[in-house]
Amino acid sequence: MKNGKFESALGTINIVLLCTISLVTLIPLYYVLALSFTDPTEYLVKGGQLLFPDKLSLASYKYLLSTATFKNATFVSIGISLIGTLVSLAVTSTLAYGLSRKRLLGRKIMLRIILFTLLFNPGIIPNYILVKDLHLINNYAALILPVLTSGWYVILMKSFFDNIPPELEEAAMLEGCTDITVFTKIVLPLSLASIAAFGLFYAVSYWNSFFNAVLYINDPKKWTLQVLLRNMIIDSSTSTAGGAVSMESAETPPAETLKMAAVILATIPILIVYPFLQKHFDKGVMLGSVKG
Amino acid sequence: MHLSTAYQQKDVNTLIDYNTKKKKKIFTSIKQNIFLYLLVLPGVLYFLLFKIIPMWGVLISFQNYSPYTGLMHSEWVGLQNFKELFANSDFVLIFRNTMAISLLNLVFYFPVPIILSLMLNEVTNRRFKNTIQSIVYLPHFLSWVIITGLTFVLFSQSNGLINNLLVSMGFEKYNFLTNPKVFWPILTFQAIWKDAGWGTIIYLAALSGIDVQQYESARMDGASKIQQMWHITLPGLRNVIITLLILRIGHIMDVGFEQVFLMQNSAVSQVSDVFETYVYRVGVQNGRFSYSTAVGVFKSAIGLILVIVTNNIAKKCGEEGVY
Repeated sequence: MKNGKFESALGTINIVLLCTISLVTLIPLYYVLALSFTDPTEYLVKGGQLLFPDKLSLASYKYLLSTATFKNATFVSIGISLIGTLVSLAVTSTLAYGLSRKRLLGRKIMLRIILFTLLFNPGIIPNYILVKDLHLINNYAALILPVLTSGWYVILMKSFFDNIPPELEEAAMLEGCTDITVFTKIVLPLSLASIAAFGLFYAVSYWNSFFNAVLYINDPKKWTLQVLLRNMIIDSSTSTAGGAVSMESAETPPAETLKMAAVILATIPILIVYPFLQKHFDKGVMLGSVKG
Repeated sequence: MHLSTAYQQKDVNTLIDYNTKKKKKIFTSIKQNIFLYLLVLPGVLYFLLFKIIPMWGVLISFQNYSPYTGLMHSEWVGLQNFKELFANSDFVLIFRNTMAISLLNLVFYFPVPIILSLMLNEVTNRRFKNTIQSIVYLPHFLSWVIITGLTFVLFSQSNGLINNLLVSMGFEKYNFLTNPKVFWPILTFQAIWKDAGWGTIIYLAALSGIDVQQYESARMDGASKIQQMWHITLPGLRNVIITLLILRIGHIMDVGFEQVFLMQNSAVSQVSDVFETYVYRVGVQNGRFSYSTAVGVFKSAIGLILVIVTNNIAKKCGEEGVY
């Protein structure tokens, strides 16, 4: 009985701790949210003490969404994410499927090589020189092609395809289907969950990618949202959110609230996509990596 | 004499027959499966072009590379770049910084997902568990740019939330962001905030694979919760923990580049320069291609050796390796 009380006390402590951890996770995000909706005049007066602003205001958001720089960067990021995800999925799934078919010659060597590329990376410079020699500097393709396919995802997807019964394939081939038709008409429809999961992971990765843009893109008109965000955040000027966003003055909200509004806007797509991502966490996507 | 040459001739003929038959087999196999090969072609091309070809870039570190003369015609200087690296006082600095950040990570970050997953595992209410999971998984999907932004706004000395709290509790404002003494711990906190929740996924999956009956029989034998955890749960996690530990050690040189790059400033440069930021600065910004490639190659080579060594050690201890 004593044991029982002690254990239920432990259980309560456990729950309390978990709640605290959740709060610690959420508070920074909440703070940013609160700041972003703060009325500019109130911010100037109270500084950074606001967890509960008196007046809510959309001034920061309205300003950001009116600048060409911000809109440009958003379009660039959306474009790269959409196109990148589609192409990445196509290349990853075809490669993974092919590697899952035992009749592919050189299959084992290819898998070994892919694994090796995951363990050894020659570094920034060789990749930079390659992109330069391909004349892709300052080209949007430099944000997609060098990172087109993740070796991890290929290996994980291949494990998934390994489980597709060969009878399906054989039956279709008997009917005269080519491998490509088998892939598109039979295998893909069966793998939608897996494709969706990796698609979301790719999308988030493209959306968040920052360093490649810094490395390969020089033209401010081609900045991605993350690059713009970083320039805004580092700029510590108090009059505007830096020349990073626009040259106008006078009516612009204080730098801090603008920065926070930008952060929130950059996070929204992730939040939208998040519930869909959640559904796939517990499924074989992850278990494949533990067992495989 | 005649007999042996006759046998030798027969062997040679058999060998030739075998080789041509083998080549024919390969050709027919490719022809039969041509569409399969077409399917994998884009992926293969990607790996060849963007993964294999840059590996040849390793050669640049042995040269005095210039973009004008290219890989083929640049002057060969052997180990000179590496010698220069090891003689450079910067090297000690970046090595120390990289190791310090990685080790702090290993000691403080690595256990957190394990503990967190054990805590989550004890929760019986499914809805509560799922809610907590949703919350702690979220930061993993935020970019480092966003997390740096959050850090700046929270820890800012002038009007950050944390400093305001300190002041209201009677303390003085503390410089978090341009202070070399706390740079490394802040990086560790960021890493924990971002990825500890996400890291629980693998452990939770392993935990769900432990046989429930073991707990039942342990309880019937009178084992307390703590004893159950020690004798059943933790051994069940052993494999996963060791595998992940191997991977982590193998990646000890890979300090999160974006994270450090974004958090760096001139005040903390002594403690914040790591291998990859050094390569970026010296290579891309200052154009010293050969030297910086040597730095990058050194770092990657050490990482590779570490993974191989730790993998073999794990196998010798009876665990499944990573490959």
